Amino acid sequence: MPTFVYMTRCDGCGQCVDICPSDIMHIDTTVRRAYNIEPNMCWECYSCVKACPHNAIDVRGYADFAPLGHSVRVRRDEEKGIVAWRIMFRNGKKDMTLIAPITTKPWGQHIPKLKEVDAPSKEMRDSQLLYNEPKYLRFDEGGLHTLEAAGLKMKQGVFY
Amino acid sequence: MAYQTIIEDDIDILVVGAGLGGTGAAFEARYWGKDKKIVIAEKANIHRSGAVAQGLYAINCYMGTRFGENKPEDHVRYARIDLMGMVREDLLFDMARHVDSTVHQFEEWGLPIMRNPKTGAYQREGRWQIMIHGESYKPIVAEAAKKSADKVYNRICVTHLLMDESRPNRVAGAIGFNVRTGNCHVFKAKAVIVAAGGASNIFKPRSVGEGAGRVWYAPWSSGSAYGLLIGAGAKMTQMENRIVLARFKDGYGPVGAYFLHLKTYTQNGYGEEYESKWWPQLQQMVGKEYLDPDSWHLTHRPIPTCLRNHALISEVNAGRGPIHMVTMEAFQDPHLEEIGWHNFLGMTVGQAVLWAATDVDPKNENPELTTSEPYVMGSHATGCGAWCSGPEDVSPPEYFWGYNRMTTVEGLFGAGDAVGGTPHAFSSGSFTEGRLAAKAACKYIDDGKAEGIRVSDEQINRRRAEIYKPLEHYRIYRNEITAGTVNPNYITPRQGLDRLQKLMDEYCGGVSTNYMTNEKLLNIGLKKLKYLEEDLEKLGAENIHELLRAWELKHRHLTSEAVMHHTLFRKETRWPGYYYRGDYLKLDDENWHVLTVSRRDPETGEYTMEKAPCYHLVED
Ligand SMILES: Cc1cc2nc3c(=O)[nH]c(=O)nc-3n(C[C@H](O)[C@H](O)[C@H](O)COP(=O)(O)OP(=O)(O)OC[C@H]3O[C@@H](n4cnc5c(N)ncnc54)[C@H](O)[C@@H]3O)c2cc1C
Ligand code: SF4
Ligand code: SF4
Repeated sequence: MPTFVYMTRCDGCGQCVDICPSDIMHIDTTVRRAYNIEPNMCWECYSCVKACPHNAIDVRGYADFAPLGHSVRVRRDEEKGIVAWRIMFRNGKKDMTLIAPITTKPWGQHIPKLKEVDAPSKEMRDSQLLYNEPKYLRFDEGGLHTLEAAGLKMKQGVFY
Repeated sequence: MAYQTIIEDDIDILVVGAGLGGTGAAFEARYWGKDKKIVIAEKANIHRSGAVAQGLYAINCYMGTRFGENKPEDHVRYARIDLMGMVREDLLFDMARHVDSTVHQFEEWGLPIMRNPKTGAYQREGRWQIMIHGESYKPIVAEAAKKSADKVYNRICVTHLLMDESRPNRVAGAIGFNVRTGNCHVFKAKAVIVAAGGASNIFKPRSVGEGAGRVWYAPWSSGSAYGLLIGAGAKMTQMENRIVLARFKDGYGPVGAYFLHLKTYTQNGYGEEYESKWWPQLQQMVGKEYLDPDSWHLTHRPIPTCLRNHALISEVNAGRGPIHMVTMEAFQDPHLEEIGWHNFLGMTVGQAVLWAATDVDPKNENPELTTSEPYVMGSHATGCGAWCSGPEDVSPPEYFWGYNRMTTVEGLFGAGDAVGGTPHAFSSGSFTEGRLAAKAACKYIDDGKAEGIRVSDEQINRRRAEIYKPLEHYRIYRNEITAGTVNPNYITPRQGLDRLQKLMDEYCGGVSTNYMTNEKLLNIGLKKLKYLEEDLEKLGAENIHELLRAWELKHRHLTSEAVMHHTLFRKETRWPGYYYRGDYLKLDDENWHVLTVSRRDPETGEYTMEKAPCYHLVED
């Protein structure tokens, strides 16, 4: 099945249950550990794999078309701001590690709290502008594009 | 039943579904509505929900006006030709003129956007796409939505919109249930922004076993945006315009970066270029205006996505498959090889899993491509969705009724996949549409348009009873049988989904008919959809998880019915390669250079179809 859980690593913390967008990681009432209740609704999105604090979740490619004996593992580190992948081929010939940044800033700190920024003026409200525009639009003196400024018209009919 | 009813009252703006559109709406709403009560109701967890749950490796809609690259009208022309003329150019122009500000914000928030070391501009993948390290794209935009919203309700499956009882055709909130506790949640709101995403799993997927979840669009894209809006009587547009994707076989890994950045290309099973030989025949179907290879070098017009699909499908049908992506040249460069793999890990890990499992090293062999089952959505290379008002300064009268991105139901707005006629918005454009809808929704409330809303207990109780009916039905009939899933009184949500997929596939132009349908087939399909509708009243859900699946199925069913009606209405083949009307195999500009608009009467379930004019942006 797409995701599965190693018996000896899972402690039933429920992080995977909390994050799975498909609502398919559930805690088994007998063994008190997580498992995938509906493998054919799993996207192999790895959200649960990344969220598990004990690396207890792994993925085995879909039985319809993926032969056994491969591995794609991931480790996501919010502190360091990176995600690290390891891909191992079935025939053992390829073993790749790939690392990518996941953010350039400390988490959430550079997202403004809009309740605290200055309220929009009436002029702004009556215009077509959005928050922080036109500044964010171009970071220069240019304004919002309009039909008039661009010499354009909306016309009915067949145009290509 | 012991489930509580929890009422959240006095909401100003309710955001239903917080994917890219919904997070954009929640974030921006706070700016225009400082003291407004903003609430999110999301079926999963906003940190990893929607189509971007696993991340993206590219932002596919960015003008780059700041770097002197493109103007909004350029993008409108591109989307227009890609969709064979059928787009809402007012909405597109509006999205395109704002989208850069969204992307610049993302970068400030910490989303890693790659830069071109030579020019200092964002690294382009193609004319409209820029490359990102987007593993945490969704957690980052979720953070922004959380900072603005008063309350985020995760794990609420919204089943219906609530309607105002003091004034017809005005929205009053939404209702649903908590996927964990089972409790019923009522949201009374002055304005609602629906951003509950597109629809996968409506047509039978190519993989029907364990791999049925490896659909191209996420398996949790349940068509709820459409189900909710159609259920409330909102008009829909272009619902026939489903999309078929040419992707790596089985894993459905993305090909954008491969074509555009890695410069890989396709060939048939015999190693030959095949596309161009289909152009003369195709030109007869669609006309020279839409396909004119001789003038390509002059106009730089792209070949519409559907037409390239047509060439691929035709070549395979001619017995010269499979189609291969030629990767062996590009992948000799270790840097490009790395990008190729990162591209999968960033947005379709399953493709990397599959290649690892089948020892496909694109350096040594050219992987197979295929065309997917159809999907119904409105933000990728297609434009299904609600018929919405455009902005005041751009839209002609037929496209404007007061508030930007407002549907034909008062106070009910849309964003992302929910809005029709706006293809090529993608992640950044969907977020931008959410921002536009939020500003308009605040104005709607400030203008006093939401005064005196009334929702009776009767309405709430009626919906509540409907919500739990599948659980109730199961409880009553389960013990009539010994064990198992075969019961004469109910079907399970999975059984219902299998039936829906099979009939859409066979009657509405899915993979097993090579995307072919006609009037006769569609009429049979509509009849079968009605039977299914009756059986959906008899769904049996064993537990709350199955109740979630039951409601997803009901939303998928409503979506499908609209798709079937629209496909029947448009008597031409507008998008060869997406689907074919066998009884009208040609594009017909004389009669069908129009947008299709439908409305389902919420009382009777009857459909009415109409044509709406197609306006184009042209030079003065
Ligand atoms: C494989 C893939 C690759 C893509 N590649 C790119 C790319 O490279 N670049 C790019 O820019 N875009 C890309 N896209 C497109 C982009 O992801 C979408 O355009 C965008 O996410 C659409 O936004 P949305 O808000 O309409 O839907 P979504 O982001 O899907 O959000 C819908 C939300 O609604 C919630 N919801 C659904 N039903 C209910 C309900 N009943 N009640 C409550 N909540 C509900 C969902 O859980 C979800 O959170 C890609 C998409 C996919 C699937
Ligand atoms: S991989 Fe994604 S869909 Fe599958 S169980 Fe994990 S979180 Fe859910
Ligand atoms: S997150 Fe990991 S440890 Fe926690 S329940 Fe899930 S599998 Fe077990």
